[in-house]
Amino acid sequence: MALQDQAEFDAVIAADDKIEPTDWMPDGYRKTLIRQIGQHAHSEIIGMQPEGNWISRAPTLHRKAILIAKVQDEGGHGLYLYSAAETLGVTRDQLVAALHAGSHKYSSIFNYPTLNWADIGTIGWLVDGAAITNQVMLSRSSYGPYSRAMVRICKEESFHQRQGYELLIRLCEGSSEQKAMSQDSIDRWWWPALMMFGPHDSDSTHSAESTAWKIKRVSNDDLRQQFVDATVPQADYLGLHIPDPDLVWNEERGHYDFGPIDWEEFWQVVKGNGPLNRERLDHKRAAWDDGAWVREAAVAHAEKQAAREFESRRTA
Amino acid sequence: MTYSVPDVPGESPAKSDLGEASNVWPMWEIFVRQTRGLAHVHVGSLHAADAETALQNARDVYTRRQEGVSLWAVPSVEIVASDPDETDSLFEVNTKPYRDATAYNIPDEVGHM
Ligand SMILES: [Fe+2]
Ligand SMILES: [Fe+2]
Repeated sequence: MALQDQAEFDAVIAADDKIEPTDWMPDGYRKTLIRQIGQHAHSEIIGMQPEGNWISRAPTLHRKAILIAKVQDEGGHGLYLYSAAETLGVTRDQLVAALHAGSHKYSSIFNYPTLNWADIGTIGWLVDGAAITNQVMLSRSSYGPYSRAMVRICKEESFHQRQGYELLIRLCEGSSEQKAMSQDSIDRWWWPALMMFGPHDSDSTHSAESTAWKIKRVSNDDLRQQFVDATVPQADYLGLHIPDPDLVWNEERGHYDFGPIDWEEFWQVVKGNGPLNRERLDHKRAAWDDGAWVREAAVAHAEKQAAREFESRRTA
Repeated sequence: MTYSVPDVPGESPAKSDLGEASNVWPMWEIFVRQTRGLAHVHVGSLHAADAETALQNARDVYTRRQEGVSLWAVPSVEIVASDPDETDSLFEVNTKPYRDATAYNIPDEVGHM
């Protein structure tokens, strides 16, 4: 039975049940989801660029096949998410237009460059690793289509993280140059990966509502801590150094303490002043424009087929 | 947070208004038969210009890892859904317990039935 009003909506949220597209929902809930799922979808799509950058330069055919499969998965994630957003009464073309116009943002992490081959391992390990921490939480989110998309995505993300970490194991077993390349990579990606979890809970504007609606079920700082605790031993295994002089195990808390995050850098990248904000969006727009003839041809072909079918039925 | 981006303090949220609702390609619902002997199950939706490309896109989006042996693509507009407000008349609950096998007590000595 579809929900009719605020009271029924509140009861479903309180019971930890799911909200479905035909249910009554508060305007703010719908708007928050459109914004969040839209940004999530855009992130998957723009996220294809930093790794796509290395497909033609993968060192072996095996690694190239893995990388193509991973980048293709990210495209798929974007499509599942646009579909989930469309159940809320917007269209994919609308969302894509908002991305192209710059009025919809995507995750800042994808505005950093991939400078060496080890970055492909580090992205899988840290960036997909941070994404998994978040997406596992989102698979329990209160909106049915979003949570179902997350379940599907998480299965594939596990491949992403493992292939990345395994790539780094191989590199770290290799020559001193390969090991140095890996260290350089973690030096550049560690802090941006921690920033992926967003501002501190105390500075997070949307968090309270999202938590009340059970869209978001764990706070930014708790997710970040969870990620750090899981990742430090993995860095140790690789023999890589985490670029944080304040990183230390806190026996009392049962967690790692870590140093302050450079929020100035974070906001600069969010505002559009990161290393590659401009290039990423330009590239996306150019790909869209270059593909216009394909979209038009597909529609023309479909119309012609339909007309032909109509004609043959009429004369039969 | 992760893949969502916080508002820049002081930046107008009106900036995130969406333009006109439109889609160049119609939407299709995709069903996958996991293996012979099982029914086709809905897995999600996608956009495509026609039936042929809907199947090709479904292959790329929903069956990259041996998810199944057969695909259906159905135009979303062709799906007929029950009225969510009429759920009560369509799906009565608990008013006809006599339709349930467990409503009948059979003595243990009769054995499994
Ligand atoms: Fe992804
Ligand atoms: Fe991924």
